[in-house]
Amino acid sequence: MSDFMREALAAAAQRAPAWLEPVQARGRNLWGKTTLPNRKTEAWKYTSLQALQQPFSAPAPQARGAAISEASLPQLDGPTLIFTDGQYRQDLSNTAVPSGLSLVRFGDATAEQAAQISAALGTAVLPGRHVFSPLNDATLVDGVFMAVAADTQLEEPVHIAWLTTGQNESTSITQRLLVCMGPNSQATLVESFANTATGGTAFTNGLTELLLDRGAHLSHYRLHLEQGDVVHIGGVHARQGADSQLHGFHLALGSVLKRIDLVVDHQGSGAHCSMDGLYLPRGTETVDYHTCMEHAVPHCTSRERFRGIIADEATAIFNGRIHIHPEAQKTRAELSNKNLLTSNKAEINTKPELEIYADDVQCAHGATVAQLDPLALHYLRTRGVPRDEAEVMLSYGFINELVEEIGQPVIKAFLKPLLAKRFAHDARLARHIL
Amino acid sequence: MLKIDNLHAKVDDKDILKGLNLTVAAGEVHAIMGPNGSGKSTLGHVLAGRPGYTVTAGSARLLGQDLLELDTEHRAHLGLFLAYQYPVEIPGVSNMEFLKASVDAVREHRGDPALDSMSFMKKAREACKAVDLDLAFLKRGVNEGFSGGEKKRNELMQMMLLEPKLCIMDETDSGLDIDALQVVASGINAMRSPDRSIILVTHYQRLLTFIEPDHVHVLSGGRIVKSGDKSLALELEERGYAWLEDVA
Ligand SMILES: Nc1ncnc2c1ncn2[C@@H]1O[C@H](COP(=O)(O)OP(=O)(O)OP(=O)(O)O)[C@@H](O)[C@H]1O
Ligand SMILES: [Mg+2]
Repeated sequence: MSDFMREALAAAAQRAPAWLEPVQARGRNLWGKTTLPNRKTEAWKYTSLQALQQPFSAPAPQARGAAISEASLPQLDGPTLIFTDGQYRQDLSNTAVPSGLSLVRFGDATAEQAAQISAALGTAVLPGRHVFSPLNDATLVDGVFMAVAADTQLEEPVHIAWLTTGQNESTSITQRLLVCMGPNSQATLVESFANTATGGTAFTNGLTELLLDRGAHLSHYRLHLEQGDVVHIGGVHARQGADSQLHGFHLALGSVLKRIDLVVDHQGSGAHCSMDGLYLPRGTETVDYHTCMEHAVPHCTSRERFRGIIADEATAIFNGRIHIHPEAQKTRAELSNKNLLTSNKAEINTKPELEIYADDVQCAHGATVAQLDPLALHYLRTRGVPRDEAEVMLSYGFINELVEEIGQPVIKAFLKPLLAKRFAHDARLARHIL
Repeated sequence: MLKIDNLHAKVDDKDILKGLNLTVAAGEVHAIMGPNGSGKSTLGHVLAGRPGYTVTAGSARLLGQDLLELDTEHRAHLGLFLAYQYPVEIPGVSNMEFLKASVDAVREHRGDPALDSMSFMKKAREACKAVDLDLAFLKRGVNEGFSGGEKKRNELMQMMLLEPKLCIMDETDSGLDIDALQVVASGINAMRSPDRSIILVTHYQRLLTFIEPDHVHVLSGGRIVKSGDKSLALELEERGYAWLEDVA
């Protein structure tokens, strides 16, 4: 076992509610037997864990009252939980919930909720699918439990935000979210990760589990806005019941290292999952998305569309696995991954990984890597648009389709300028996109 | 307006323009005709500074300025407009944002006040109407999935909004239906003015019955091999190019 988390592990063992102790113990035990993946590990071939060489410690127990600027997060009106540097911030959160919704931190769970959590936690993470999940278990102190009762339709999105203030060095943050969507319930969930200032290093070990019961609909936004020296390793593991629908939107701005696994287990016939994603590393940043669609039963569909723009000397990895089990006849699975390299030194490793054991299925996949179209660039310039602005317009144009299709107006309005400015060193260059 | 002297240019490594001379005075309309592959589109691309097109000798001046030393966007700012024979599709960039960016850039360099969105929208709507394009085309990606004729009308719409000094229209009439040809021709006629010059590259005398040119040239083998008035176009229509000496 690597000891970069020794201190955090010890701290966590002292702080968890008693009912979480078995989870922690199970995690410690497994993590003790885990060897950190290296470049010879297939799923980590292109992603170095060099950034984890330093020791990380648990966050300071007293949250400092750092102010956060409104610009760093989408401003949603619904129930909101905000954490800064791993500490829950009552002062920034909005815990008023409509009927049919439970939204509690593990520490505040009633005995009944604790039992629900204990029964469900970890069940969406398929064995061997997430190297860091034992570590997440072992250091788990303050998770969030969201449950939507059967037949409940939530109007307002639930927002859970994890912020790094940059005030602390080498903080490790364990983020955990367990979502149980009751039969025929509907909700929108937004998870944001951001840093409010640069400076400081942090390691976020994030794990979100989504359990969708029969007929449930969940729109799930997971926005990785962290930049700078933030390492984020984590993922979303979902299990879908019959006729349930999961619509995911994923965004990752680059930071020193982000590795995000998205695993969807289709367990009930008629389930549908759509997943859109954008990753935009630049500088020397690395973003690594590994997606996996497990089609275990017949008549399910999945559609993934991921777009990456990789700038400067940045690296991106996209690995899209589709596993269609022998029983999963009539599966329809689509995967499209398109990448734009805006520099000669940018790097993308994209790989579809298809394992298909059923014969009556439709499976389409495609991956492309391109550079800015010189003819399109020239065309814009013949109309007087300066080269640098034309480059910004074309870069944004590459992801525009997915941005325009964002269903939550607040999220869309928040992301459009943020993304447009991402490509422009001068805000003026993005002025026509807004 | 435009003065081209002994222009030689190659595309990749192939010599295409081989000593082309052409002078266009302000307010004039010139038609350029000529066989396929003779270098008509190349001339437009060279003047617009397209990558891969290299000038090996000669000069081109627009409004007294050396066009060839300017970046492409500065040529546009100076007043050059090339309506493409094959307009470029740009998925993801909306026609509207493209037009606004162009108009803002050109106006800024001309020293005209910026248009607010209301006035811009008004102009854009008028231009759409003038070329008979539905307003929905403003929301679509630039030329994305447009039919051949719609692309040509979109080019003309851009030209109307940018109000250039020199318009080079490369086969804007090809691919238009009979009604659209009328619409486009009257659009171009409406743009005629004493301080604007127009070069029409066309294969068909028909366009020239709608837009009367002051001069007609034959471009062949990378040079202008014959010039005349509008009657030359009629003669070409009847006799083709073979009778001309020098036709490559
Ligand atoms: N990249 C290239 N490499 C080599 N030859 C090229 C290249 N691009 C164009 N050419 C050639 O240059 C010549 C001139 O082409 P151009 O498009 O200017 O002709 P044109 O007069 O516009 O013809 P048309 O009437 O068919 O539109 C053609 O023979 C064409 O094949
Ligand atoms: Mg041509």
